[in-house]
Amino acid sequence: MNPQPAMAHEPVTPTSGTPLSPSFGNRMFAALGSPFVPPIFITLILLVGNLSYGILESYWKTLLAIATSVLAEMMLGRIFLRKWPHPASAYITGISVGILLRSPAFWPYALCSLLSITSKYALRFRGRHIWNPSNFGICAMLFLAAQSVASLSIQWGNNFGSLAVIWVLGSVILWRARRFHISLTYVASFIALSFLRSWVTGDPWQSEISPITGPMYQLFIFFMITDPKTTVRSRTGQCIVAFSIAFAELLLRLDSCVFAPLYALFWVGPAALFIEMFIDSRRARNAVPSAFANPQIVRS
Amino acid sequence: MTLSTPAPAPARTGVAARVLVTIFFGAQLATPWLVRRFSPAAQAPTATVDRQTALNRYGFYLEEVAHASGVDFVHQPPLLDQKLAAIMPEVTSMGAAVSIVDFDRDGWPDIYVTNSAIGSKNHLYRNNHDGSFTDVAEQMGIADVNQSGAGVSMGAVWGDFDNDGYDDLYLIKWGRPELFHNDQGHGFTRVTEQAGLPPWINANTAVWFDYDGDGKLDLFVGGYYPESLDLWHLPNTRVMPESFEYAKNGGRKYLFHNLGKGHFEEVSAKVGIDSHRWALAAAAADLRGTGHPDLFIANDYGVSELYLNDGKHFREAGAETGIGFAPKSGMNASFGDIFNQGKFDIYVSNISEEGVLIQGNNLWVPQDGSSLKYDNLARDLGVELGGWSFGAQFGDLNNDGNLDLYLENGYISLDRKRSYWYDFAKVAGGNSSIIGDAVNWPAFNGRSLSGYQQKHVWLNDGAGKFNDVAQAVGVTDTYDGRSVVLADLWNRGVLDVVAANQGGPLLIYRNTVSGDKDWIEFALEGTKSNRSAIGATLTLFWGRKQQVQTVSGGNGFASENDRRVHFGLGKNPSLEKLVIRWPSGFIQTLNDLVPNRLYNVKEPS
Repeated sequence: MNPQPAMAHEPVTPTSGTPLSPSFGNRMFAALGSPFVPPIFITLILLVGNLSYGILESYWKTLLAIATSVLAEMMLGRIFLRKWPHPASAYITGISVGILLRSPAFWPYALCSLLSITSKYALRFRGRHIWNPSNFGICAMLFLAAQSVASLSIQWGNNFGSLAVIWVLGSVILWRARRFHISLTYVASFIALSFLRSWVTGDPWQSEISPITGPMYQLFIFFMITDPKTTVRSRTGQCIVAFSIAFAELLLRLDSCVFAPLYALFWVGPAALFIEMFIDSRRARNAVPSAFANPQIVRS
Repeated sequence: MTLSTPAPAPARTGVAARVLVTIFFGAQLATPWLVRRFSPAAQAPTATVDRQTALNRYGFYLEEVAHASGVDFVHQPPLLDQKLAAIMPEVTSMGAAVSIVDFDRDGWPDIYVTNSAIGSKNHLYRNNHDGSFTDVAEQMGIADVNQSGAGVSMGAVWGDFDNDGYDDLYLIKWGRPELFHNDQGHGFTRVTEQAGLPPWINANTAVWFDYDGDGKLDLFVGGYYPESLDLWHLPNTRVMPESFEYAKNGGRKYLFHNLGKGHFEEVSAKVGIDSHRWALAAAAADLRGTGHPDLFIANDYGVSELYLNDGKHFREAGAETGIGFAPKSGMNASFGDIFNQGKFDIYVSNISEEGVLIQGNNLWVPQDGSSLKYDNLARDLGVELGGWSFGAQFGDLNNDGNLDLYLENGYISLDRKRSYWYDFAKVAGGNSSIIGDAVNWPAFNGRSLSGYQQKHVWLNDGAGKFNDVAQAVGVTDTYDGRSVVLADLWNRGVLDVVAANQGGPLLIYRNTVSGDKDWIEFALEGTKSNRSAIGATLTLFWGRKQQVQTVSGGNGFASENDRRVHFGLGKNPSLEKLVIRWPSGFIQTLNDLVPNRLYNVKEPS
């Protein structure tokens, strides 16, 4: 899950470049770019889901996940940054853990939030954390505590009404944040590869499409794979990564991996960042001799 | 607002902080291992021990004696419409059921076991008093009940609906429900039509209880598949639940009010029971001390329901009491006073599969206070993870004065090396239009789904913990367990275990309890109350303990225990009294009780 959703970090600018008029609609549209939107959006998902269908194991477990996440962020941020970090990112991580992690016990919620936040500080390369925090936390729990936890797989009302609301709202927010192409690429890739899987396995194509109609994927699509801190920078690169996640998921699914999307992101996300950093360093190295060869560039 | 990732700290602080955070992170990663290492499950004995060692350590030992007792029953699962062929193992995964009845009133419990293939026969094992049983179902007229066009058996519950002293049989079916009148223990007469039962119900649970206290047993039947479906002649493949957690497209519920003279009137809507959830287990008991039995329903694909009874009407209070909040896959409903505090706790079985789905079973324990609220203490007490769980029963297996818990589990055991879990999870999380149609489900192709699971025999230590001793006390089978019952089969003052396995053998575990523990049993007969005394609550006081039990007309999963109530007493008990609250409301107190005896108690008229 994304503690720093894309839409929270991107500058709020109209995608068309046309200045906004001060109409109510445009003010609303502009507001969708606010950094407060992702926390509000995910809270909305939580509340609608729980009030409609009781999706949570319990409010207390979710609150525990949120509180642990925020406290860990405060503590670690204070140590590393010598200032108090804004809690919104940790709040999203906590709420994501609360929704996505499934366990009858309390301790996995606290531990998963701790792992998620701590991973941001412990697993760093060239100043960047390389795993999406909640993706790391949940995958770590699935790897290490399989006897106690599972991830959200069977849940929610399985009807299109509530999902449609989330899709529309989420799409608008992502569009506004100029990251909708990531989700769109992933969804298109997933659907296309579903038919490939169906052809390979002989299973009904509906069964291959089925996962993306469930609630876990809505969180995965809108919050996880769009994380600006753990995705590459270029638009093309982001699309390639989104496709790669879907492709890795294909391979995992052909190996009957239940939590294929989470694991796909777990492997592909850091790999993509390493590749980007490698390319960046190559460019930087190449740029240095060029600069010396052409001092005007340096001066400019 | 910024949500930025922390910038690198200054060098000295950075190094120290990095070391600290690495240690902190490592400790977090090690935590799951530590939790697992010191969990009750990790400390459960995994090897069998010899009989004497088990007796010394745990106070009892179970020995499987079905064949030696003359019981060689193997359940045959149903085979439904071939449109469902691809997922036939899943849709035909139930039907093995067992119930205890003393049908001939000879004072020795008999065993009735259901079969589920078309043309297969149910068996009624008469107790020969010498450790053996003889199948008399054919002779009694309740064997050939799985005929083409009439559906197949899913379970049986027994209750004396006409108060003639002999327990009658309601056969739970996917198909035409059947009511058989017990003719003084000499045979059974089919009275389905006279009783006014509907032509078809696809049910897995039923309970006899006298909801209105009129002295006549009423009958609750909980539908699973919709009653409109003839599962052998389906119009299409849309037979699956619309959701795996919120399904409300299952069978309807029935409450047949006993009008007397063998006639029943269906009154569910009139009294406030209106649900189309997928019921799998139900049980009734007076949970609030009102004198009226409340009805608990464990639903598959959704939340459990608790119908509070005021004697005339029911009010669903699942959400308000806490038991109807988190949707799971309810497959059992059992009551037991595990803390010896005079209150019923409720055990509901669900699904737990490591690394895939951890629902956890529920042990609902009532809170202190005047309002009825429950906490789920299954994890705290160590009875949460039971695999793909089905039937469970509370009973004092070692006569130490604390109720233990026996749990059946295991869903579909086919190819050990290939699992259907991935495909199951793939579809089950999707939209109802996909889930609900069997044609969208990948073919089973001989794969297992939570198969070959080890059973759980949780021993109550009396201090708030249950320890799994199944392997150590001789319960080593890994069949696909469904219903389980406890009964003192040979009138020895110990609870034996009978387990019905889907597509597998009926198992009889003969119990041996170390000789230093005492017990007491009660067989009740109502006069003003229904003659079966179903719904009577018995509170036994001894030493500083009290324990409440109820006479049940069906509980667990598709099962019914021995109607005689068994209390273990521990060593050298000081018996104080037994208080019986009869369904009529009459309260009777028995003093001067002596341990190690069976008391036959007739309701004072």
